[in-house]
Amino acid sequence: MRHVFSVRIGTVGFRVGSDWRAPIAELGRLYADYPAPEDGIPDFNVRLFAARPWRRWLRPAVTLGGDFVLPEAAPLPLAQGLLAAEMAMNLQMALGQRRYLLLHASAVERDGRAVLMTGLSGAGKSTLAALLAARGWRLMGDEFALVDPTNGLVHAFPRLVSLKNEAIAVVRSALPNACFGPLLAGTPKGDIRHLVPDAEAIARMAEPARPALILFPRFGFEPAERGVGPSEVFVRLTQASTNYVALGERGFEAMTRLVRDVPARAIDYPHADAAVAQVEALWDSL
Amino acid sequence: MAYRAEPADALRIEPLDDFTLVFHRRSGLTHLVTAPAPEILAALQEGPLTRDALLARLAERYDLADGSTAALDARLGELVAVGLIEAA
Repeated sequence: MRHVFSVRIGTVGFRVGSDWRAPIAELGRLYADYPAPEDGIPDFNVRLFAARPWRRWLRPAVTLGGDFVLPEAAPLPLAQGLLAAEMAMNLQMALGQRRYLLLHASAVERDGRAVLMTGLSGAGKSTLAALLAARGWRLMGDEFALVDPTNGLVHAFPRLVSLKNEAIAVVRSALPNACFGPLLAGTPKGDIRHLVPDAEAIARMAEPARPALILFPRFGFEPAERGVGPSEVFVRLTQASTNYVALGERGFEAMTRLVRDVPARAIDYPHADAAVAQVEALWDSL
Repeated sequence: MAYRAEPADALRIEPLDDFTLVFHRRSGLTHLVTAPAPEILAALQEGPLTRDALLARLAERYDLADGSTAALDARLGELVAVGLIEAA
């Protein structure tokens, strides 16, 4: 393709090809401090292309392609090309990742131990991860936590943090000096702005951590907390995994070990600051 | 009619809490079951049993909350439906 960008996020290499220069330039700027894929060989290819040749010029619309595709994915306007690239990279992971048990969860680390946070869209997992990073936790990722079936360790996937709607201002005020992508207004998920993970998150992205706490946060409720038993954790995490079934018995073993070994709590919180305090108090009580 | 369970090496059975996980190697499916399903599987893995013989075996080993044949038939039907046991 005309424009190409390669990057390694955590242990995973991507090559993004595009019919247009703009999304590639934006990726290059935001991922400037990231390394290239190991040995120059990407694990996944992503393509951003014009559905019909003239659509490259006339009201451009970005269609997503790659090693793995969803046939019903609708094209996005070129102004949202960065979002298209991020979505396509996530899709490769969700559909193609076979080395790790993939959990749709954010993760932060302290002293070699990780907190995994998972929940429905809007639960606040990206926001919480960004705010905890602002308080000195290492950001491991806001979208996927990768569990190694051989040893139970969690690997980082610190892609750009995708902040939506009200979370954008909350995180900007917590991290005034951080680097942000452009405001993408009116996307299918509302307003989106990407946060570039800090230098520590990038420098230590190949470093796994031992999972120590699983959280199911819920935004918009009075503060509350309850323990979650292993079988409920199992059900919730298999729902939050895109490749549990595909991994077969390896996935079963990894998931069983995770739910048996790691304590889990559901936390409700009215606003992000309250949640950060709840998470840190829980962590201190472990 | 006798019931027969999938052999022990075809299943991974992992008790969690009130629920037990059963991974069925042949189908790749994971089942989350409660009592008396793990007990039924354990009894049938020792060898095929008729419904009445199974009920007697379970009653001998456990304090059954509902020892009726109707309740056992319902549980056996569920386990047959998901392929963890078969009626032979």
